[in-house]
Amino acid sequence: MSNDITIALAGNPNAGKTTLFNALTGSRQHVGNYPGVTVETKEGFYAKDGRRCRLVDLPGIYSLSPYSEEEVVARDYLVNERPGVIINIVDASNLERNLYLSCQFMEMGVPMVIALNMVDVAKKRGIVIDHERLSELIGQPVCPIVARSGQGIEQLMATAMAHAMEHGKWRPAKISYGDDLDAVMIDLTKIIEDKHFLTKDYPARWTALKYLEKDDRHLSIGDAADVEVSRQLVEKVEEVAKHLEQTMGTEPDAMIADHRYGFIKSIAKQNVVQRSVDQDRLYTSDRIDRVLTNRFAGPLIMLLILWGLYDFTFTYSALPVAWGEAFFSWLGNLAELYVPDGYFKSMLISGVIDGIGGVLGFVPIIMFMFFGIALLEDSGYLARVAFMMDRIFRIFGLHGSSVMAYIISGGIAGGCAVPGVMATRTLRSPKERMATMLTVPFMNCGAKLPVLALLVGAFFTKNQARYMFLFTLLAWLTALVAAKILRMTVLRGEPTPFVLELPPYRFPTFQGLLIHTWEKTWQYIKKAGTVILGISILLWAMMTFPVLPAGERQHFEEQRQQLMAQSAPALVAELQQEDALSPAALRLRQELLTLDGAEAEAGLRHSLAGRIGMGLEKLSWLPGFDWQTNIALVGGFAAKEVIISTLGTSYSLGAVDPEESDSLGAVLAKDPRWDRVKAMSVIIFVMFYAPCFVTVACIIKESGSWKWGVFSMAFNTSFAFLLSTLVYQLGSRLL
Amino acid sequence: MARILLRKMAKNQTGTIAAVKVGGELGQRIRDMGLVPGTDISIQGRAPLNDPVALRVMGGTLSLRNNEADFIEVEVDDE
Repeated sequence: MSNDITIALAGNPNAGKTTLFNALTGSRQHVGNYPGVTVETKEGFYAKDGRRCRLVDLPGIYSLSPYSEEEVVARDYLVNERPGVIINIVDASNLERNLYLSCQFMEMGVPMVIALNMVDVAKKRGIVIDHERLSELIGQPVCPIVARSGQGIEQLMATAMAHAMEHGKWRPAKISYGDDLDAVMIDLTKIIEDKHFLTKDYPARWTALKYLEKDDRHLSIGDAADVEVSRQLVEKVEEVAKHLEQTMGTEPDAMIADHRYGFIKSIAKQNVVQRSVDQDRLYTSDRIDRVLTNRFAGPLIMLLILWGLYDFTFTYSALPVAWGEAFFSWLGNLAELYVPDGYFKSMLISGVIDGIGGVLGFVPIIMFMFFGIALLEDSGYLARVAFMMDRIFRIFGLHGSSVMAYIISGGIAGGCAVPGVMATRTLRSPKERMATMLTVPFMNCGAKLPVLALLVGAFFTKNQARYMFLFTLLAWLTALVAAKILRMTVLRGEPTPFVLELPPYRFPTFQGLLIHTWEKTWQYIKKAGTVILGISILLWAMMTFPVLPAGERQHFEEQRQQLMAQSAPALVAELQQEDALSPAALRLRQELLTLDGAEAEAGLRHSLAGRIGMGLEKLSWLPGFDWQTNIALVGGFAAKEVIISTLGTSYSLGAVDPEESDSLGAVLAKDPRWDRVKAMSVIIFVMFYAPCFVTVACIIKESGSWKWGVFSMAFNTSFAFLLSTLVYQLGSRLL
Repeated sequence: MARILLRKMAKNQTGTIAAVKVGGELGQRIRDMGLVPGTDISIQGRAPLNDPVALRVMGGTLSLRNNEADFIEVEVDDE
């Protein structure tokens, strides 16, 4: 199948590119990432009448400038992979703006077919486009289609395949950029052709144009190929730039953009576009906007919608999550019964089954959340959220779209940072996106809540609800301030231009929503899953090895035997039965359990995690943590709710169920080493220290670099340590 | 006719872009979206905190932050 034609799909965001791709390929598609970048490209196949072609969905872009990853990916793809033809999808009701990108493809010279999409919507708006006339004027085939219904797409594909067969060679279109620049273009092109400068990969005219635009990326490619020629071209460009500045007060790149639009407008005027209705009349979409972005109603409705999304995600995913938990605990019990005792069993249950259970436990949440986000994104509402929230989030160096990620992570207490980190994908500006991704773990996710509830319940018995609310506010404040700190230090830089399109409201297609949801969920399972399983086994090993020396275990066993020997044989026999124990037998069982607890504590203390916990006391006296707390916090890296069970073990209670932690709360409340100041210090630390490793794995995957994962652990832990120390040291002096 | 900054335009006011006085990435983004001299625009509305501003350009709606709109000069009819 190596002679399959490759067709690339390109176009503006919101022009219906994904809908067309889904309509063409159905479920026969897969997502791929380019090495080193986080931008996705999707591939699929389209077959008709025995002919097959490979379709590549390029990221949605407005231009071929070098400023965003998406644009660079699209550009590099066209140059390096040389698709047979590109289908440039153009929104018919927004023709002029969409043709700007088409114009740049024409300058590049790549064979192209224009898919004039949403001709039905345009018609309803009173816009009729003469596609034959348009095709004649721009010299490229134009096919009217309606991607949602599939209308016209067979004709489109037939045209595209035929076009790919006929036109193998790239033929850059000559668009005029005004007399001054046209003259220089001729000079530059001549130099480039004479010296064969980059001509193997790029048409000479395209290189000339990129030099005129001072396109950094192309300039550095040029420098690498031949510094001499590159310098010669730059000198020529500087000459004309100076001349333009003096005579017109403008720059070549602005001039070029103006002329591209001039070219497009001149085409549109030549009987291509006919508007039968007054252009200023309000479209349905504008009428919706009058309410949804209204000064007063807008923010209220937004709060309701975001709360609805949150409620939808966490309420409806609760049942499948519970099924998953039930299944994995059943599997654990099965292993408990049938696998022979030993390290393998312990690893199977605590490392593998709990680990996979942990990974899959997030799946329903991620599915529901992405379904909700896809709904908001595809309908066009998400852009309005960014529009309304931008003023506030900009203060902290973020972007209006950041709000979604924060809310999902626990901005309304009880979210989860894993889907939160994944939700940052809706942000297109890289620095704002990183700052959001690194600070969403500060929110109070569902796993931190039981820990907070335990400590608040034990030490701040009055006003529990008020304290919980306070912690939610504190999380917001801290996350935003931390984002600001990051944007002033490691992520320093000018805000990315906000220039954002507010697309018309549309009903999302069900197929699109399902494909989107499934894609993201599968990516999570595949990419995060493997890392998480590995770390889960590692953490199990840390808390198990080295095991207690044989002598000490012997000692516990002897105590156990001694206890049994002292009791009447009838009483020991009675222990075998599950219920209806006599008081004496109950007492005996309790004593045995205490002994088990003491052995587990000794074992934990002896393990690597225990040694780390005790070693950390050298530092952790500052925020007031004892070694038991330290181990629990180390364990909390696996998942924050593990803090409770580990704290239970280290206080000799045996593993404590996070849902029923009253006994642990009572023990802590009575323990002389604990008081309200220490409890507050621990709460603060738990809220802000290293995210759980599932989140870290997601950060690594989403940022495309493990460095950010390490950074988030180090940054958050130091930040939390500082805050807790402050709380503890000040608190114990003042109170 | 008067030339004013885009920021100063009132809701529903229309005008024609006269100049975009910024280069680099921001300039490029502004131009990519169709905000070039000669383009007709009208102010669609503003966000609840008065910033960003939403405008209608060639059949689509765009939003810009006020400090970005400051680089754009618009010819408007005198009131």
